[in-house]
Amino acid sequence: MSTTEGPPLIPGAEAKKISLDRESAGAHRRGGWFNGLGQRWNALPRQKQWFYLIIIVVLAYLLPVVNPPFISTEPGNNWPLACAQMSIYALVAVGLNVVVGYAGLLDLGYVAFFAVGSYTAAMLTSPDSPYVHIPYLWTLPVAMGVAMFFGVMLGIPTLRLRGDYLAIVTLGFGEIVRIMATIIPAMKGQVGFQNVGHPPGTDAAGNAIFLNSNGTPWYWLTLSVIIVVLLLAGNLERSRVGRAWIAIREDEDAAEIMGVPTFKYKVWAFVIGASVGGLSGALFAGQVGFVNNQKFDVVTSVLFLCAVVLGGTGNKVGAILGGALVAYIPLRFTAIAEYKFLIFGVALVLIMIFRPAGLLPARQRLLAYGRAAYNKVTGRKGVGDAGGSRAMSTRVSDEEKGAQT
Amino acid sequence: MSEALEPEIDVEALASRGVDLEVAERVAPDRDIAVKVGDPLVQVQNLTMKFGGLTALDNVTFDILRGEILGLIGPNGAGKTTCFNAMTGVYKPSSGKVLLEGKSLGGLAQHKITRQGLARTFQNIRLFGEMTALENVVVGLDARHRTSVGGALLRLPTHVREEKSAIERGMALLEFVGIADHAQFLSRHLPYGYQRRLEIARALATDPKVLCLDEPAAGFNPAEKEELMQLIRTIRNDGYTVLLIEHDMKLVMGVTDRIVVLEFGKKLADGAPAEIREDPRVIAAYLGEPEDDVA
Repeated sequence: MSTTEGPPLIPGAEAKKISLDRESAGAHRRGGWFNGLGQRWNALPRQKQWFYLIIIVVLAYLLPVVNPPFISTEPGNNWPLACAQMSIYALVAVGLNVVVGYAGLLDLGYVAFFAVGSYTAAMLTSPDSPYVHIPYLWTLPVAMGVAMFFGVMLGIPTLRLRGDYLAIVTLGFGEIVRIMATIIPAMKGQVGFQNVGHPPGTDAAGNAIFLNSNGTPWYWLTLSVIIVVLLLAGNLERSRVGRAWIAIREDEDAAEIMGVPTFKYKVWAFVIGASVGGLSGALFAGQVGFVNNQKFDVVTSVLFLCAVVLGGTGNKVGAILGGALVAYIPLRFTAIAEYKFLIFGVALVLIMIFRPAGLLPARQRLLAYGRAAYNKVTGRKGVGDAGGSRAMSTRVSDEEKGAQT
Repeated sequence: MSEALEPEIDVEALASRGVDLEVAERVAPDRDIAVKVGDPLVQVQNLTMKFGGLTALDNVTFDILRGEILGLIGPNGAGKTTCFNAMTGVYKPSSGKVLLEGKSLGGLAQHKITRQGLARTFQNIRLFGEMTALENVVVGLDARHRTSVGGALLRLPTHVREEKSAIERGMALLEFVGIADHAQFLSRHLPYGYQRRLEIARALATDPKVLCLDEPAAGFNPAEKEELMQLIRTIRNDGYTVLLIEHDMKLVMGVTDRIVVLEFGKKLADGAPAEIREDPRVIAAYLGEPEDDVA
């Protein structure tokens, strides 16, 4: 930056700038090549970003069809099915990222919402259940609604707790839901529900498109859901809601004193996280076609959390990457699948040492029109302060400038 | 609100001491404050704060008049910050009450007290480190925003309008405290003095009626203190009422219109800086020996 050229003229003023430069330079160095990528990305104009995004999205849709060598999980595991599973994990991670990454609430029982969504879809579509049956696609919003209800039920009593206490309570909640599935007769414990419904539609030959054995349509459906969820999460991030969450994560007391209704926004984080969890649970139930109480243990919860931390806490793109990786690794390397928890454990330790912010540690952008505002500032810095913006009173800012120089 | 507790306000006398109360009225005429300039905006009445057996605040009563800069001083452990915390809802007072514009703040949640118009900064800086300077200020501005979660999710027109005006106002506030060119830096990367200024900007962003500054000059050198005094005066001239806790006597004497002295949780004295400087009790308790030239 400019401070490295020529000797500093005013030692006091320059020293501040230099230390500032040094700190930001240090931040770059720590980031490594992934961060460089993030910065280059942010420097691109909006149109180019959209252009590259469309290419990435098209490639993502083609993924199960292309079946790329080396990356493919075959012959050990069916590749389209692996893709479907990766996409569901990625969706879960996006939801959990709202709770853990944005609001900083350590939720160790997130699998409970996933389970609620799965059971909602199963009990409303499976022929094994004696209740009302509705078309599968309708179970998606219903599962979200039910999970949100559970989010409120869990959130209101527990969100007055902080840190470790909250983590333990949510851990307990995760277990409660699993145990309820075991002991309540209507939820059929280990027997579970067979033939969970799927979206309608048949191909030319008259076979259903959405089969449990065919991952591709499920992958496409989930990917589309992820894109919608990402857009909406981005909207939230760049609004007072996202700012309130980050402020709560950074300093809850200060946030409260700055007028943020912290409790309300913590409950919202739980509810929004829960709705995405319920949605992914319903998709999972439909894709697998079978739901019982064996899939929703604490270990799965930790796996979800692992996905978020691995990808980059607070970064929604990182969460997708983390979620996909956590699903992908045991499917790709079947020989070591038994040791997946060992591997993830070691990976987490290594990540905490070398990349404490996760694989993609990009910072949140919390202002809807911040890019323009910052460009204006940096542009103006070059030509000197022209005093373009409307201060509360110009007299005041002049006085201030006088005091500064 | 009892009549007996209201002190006589002599605007003329205040003006003769250099308090330009009309400036406040002129600069911020549209500010919706029910109290006239020079009348008590905040009334602290018999405030008592007990921690177990320790009485940190004992029956403290004072007023903050609209348009003034009130200094709250006292030796270490006198209860200044406790008084602050009890006023802003961090602590629940054991007894007594705090009125803002005649309405009690007792039992309100902290964020509601802020929305009522009582904003504060912190003795130890508490910014949101992972947010930029501008984003920090916009969090303060959000206290006045009305967008709901649904509105933000769907980008409704109200939300778009609020976001645009928030950036404008946020930049204006940063310019006001003199750090606009650092708007895009993470607040934890800012130099110390800028962080202090940012805290003030963030508190101002909540559009307070009373701005409470808790030792804003801690860790400043004399030149920076001078700048800060300027800033505090400008804030007052812009129509805000300021409550200032400070250790530095030069700063307090130089900038305040009136001073309340606390000692061992009790109010010791209350008056103009010149009176406080001469008060033998204050000198004995706080300023040291009479021979010392404090100012």
